[in-house]
Amino acid sequence: MAFRSAVITFPGSNCDRDLAVALEKVSGTPAMRVWHGDAELPERLDFIGIPGGFSYGDYLRCGAIASRSPIMRAVIEAAERGVPVLGVCNGFQVLTESGLLPGALMRNAQLTFTCRIAPLRVENSQSLFTGGYDRGQKIMLPVAHHDGNYFADEDTLDRIEGEGRVAFRYLDACNGSRRDIAGILNHAGNVLGMMPHPERAIESDHGGSDGRALFESAVKGLVAA
Amino acid sequence: MKVRIHVSLKPGVLDPQGRAVHHALEGLGFTGVEDVRVGRLIELDVADSTSEAELEDMCRKLLANTVIENFRIESMEAA
Repeated sequence: MAFRSAVITFPGSNCDRDLAVALEKVSGTPAMRVWHGDAELPERLDFIGIPGGFSYGDYLRCGAIASRSPIMRAVIEAAERGVPVLGVCNGFQVLTESGLLPGALMRNAQLTFTCRIAPLRVENSQSLFTGGYDRGQKIMLPVAHHDGNYFADEDTLDRIEGEGRVAFRYLDACNGSRRDIAGILNHAGNVLGMMPHPERAIESDHGGSDGRALFESAVKGLVAA
Repeated sequence: MKVRIHVSLKPGVLDPQGRAVHHALEGLGFTGVEDVRVGRLIELDVADSTSEAELEDMCRKLLANTVIENFRIESMEAA
């Protein structure tokens, strides 16, 4: 069975092509491209990608307008049915704004845009997205954001930590995120939001391939299922 | 009817922009500034029949992110 994935494009998305290329390289099947104004997703999807960028110019709050766009109603419905959803960078902001993930992403504590290769620790290697890593493994992924400072109240942080929902943590001070959180899962484990860009690290010729295992985990997990 | 929506960060949420503005004020020689918080003012022009409940709904669904922000609705005199 071919792997059926879709990548959403909002006005201002700029990592949509990278995400589609990563999905195609790993799964062997081209990702379908979906426009934000569409009301429906393709049928029988195995994977939905929400890309990085600056949707709607980051107006109001990063991800705020995109999270209320027509296609996001369909994405929320699909996520609630258990379809895997990955949001990267602006995609993570869209997922918190839409309520699919808890917390919020605020302006970086140092106020500057941070663009570099960041060391991360894999905290949960049991999820659909992280099964290809070892728990505690150190990986290097690019970060490029101005608003990646993860905030949630202490009760929420304790809850997501207790449920093993922190997927990745920064190994050095990156943006002021509470408890150095770089990526989190939803309660059911089928939605992952992360600021670092796995889709920019799938080929060693392009600076690293530590992101590849994330897509491989998702593709293998679904093909086996 | 003109309505002003004041959106501000909740107490306890660190405000990096406020901190930077605070430093800049001190750099200009203004002393005695204890704290700075940066918020957002949204002005709406809505039908006179718009209820307080509808305005609150707008705030909760879009204008404010209630995870980190509080909002206050201020109805202005009819122009």
